[in-house]
Amino acid sequence: MDTLITWLHEPWPWYVAGPMIGLMVPLMLVIGNRSFGISNNLRHLCAITQPRHVDVDFFKYDWKEHTWSLYFVIGTGLGGFLAGVVFADPDPVALTPAALAMMQSWGFTAPGGTLIPPELFAPTVRNLTFLFTAGVLVGFGTRYAGGCTSGHAITGLSTLQLASVYAVLGIFAGGLLSSWLLVPLLLQ
Amino acid sequence: MRRYIPYLLAGLAFGFILVKSEAASWYRIQEMFHFQNFHMFGIMFSAIVTGLISVQFIKYLGRRSLDGQEIEIPAKPPGRKSYIYGGLIFGLGWGLIGLCPGPVFALVGTGSIGALAVLAGALHGTWLYGALKEKFPH
Repeated sequence: MDTLITWLHEPWPWYVAGPMIGLMVPLMLVIGNRSFGISNNLRHLCAITQPRHVDVDFFKYDWKEHTWSLYFVIGTGLGGFLAGVVFADPDPVALTPAALAMMQSWGFTAPGGTLIPPELFAPTVRNLTFLFTAGVLVGFGTRYAGGCTSGHAITGLSTLQLASVYAVLGIFAGGLLSSWLLVPLLLQ
Repeated sequence: MRRYIPYLLAGLAFGFILVKSEAASWYRIQEMFHFQNFHMFGIMFSAIVTGLISVQFIKYLGRRSLDGQEIEIPAKPPGRKSYIYGGLIFGLGWGLIGLCPGPVFALVGTGSIGALAVLAGALHGTWLYGALKEKFPH
């Protein structure tokens, strides 16, 4: 029992977490013939809240058919709460020395027990504006591409779809550009 | 309600894994984009391989889903531009804030106001795409 509790508090290695994430694809198919993907929920949430007079066609569909997906992300939030609050890992993210040196060169302190840096996520007006703006890119881009890391990189590639190869190449190129150029420029 | 419980539980497992694997960490994402650690690549590759093998297995068995439907994997609409440009825009955001949509929901669950701001932005971005989609190449 103690071993289980310890295990639930510890970070998990990639060879445990990766296959478990991969199993989401067959799991969704077996439960109800559904395609695993997260970003579609952003569209459903827009469809639910769109006022009648706004009337954008893209959000006019029967979102109730996608209720399963909304339950999935509510679950994701609950899972985040359990893993990040109830079974929180007290130790800081164990970065490689190279990554640690890079963080310091950017003016970030070493990780201190949270997954996200307080320099960027502490609720100041400047941070929240920045996070919102980057969030707009995430929402716009995922819908333009028709999926995110789960729908394209995991579901799309594991079902051998060419479209997802293009999407993943775009995503990775954008991420490299951002992480190498924009992060040092904007966050230093 | 009752028929959605399996999805709720699967989502719960997913959120738990995202936090425990630290895939929901800005630090890990920066480390990945700078090729400083195998961790995130290991997660992605092993997830894809596991998905690939199990999907082939399901196809081979030809079983129905638990609610009796014929299992089919929908093909993504053909095209190239929308996938590349959309991917690029999403990637730019992901590289900045280190969160893709799954981790955003998981971190909102931990009570992060910052993650909530990302979610609010992502909803506005999604709406903006819906309103302007005809103006962009697909």
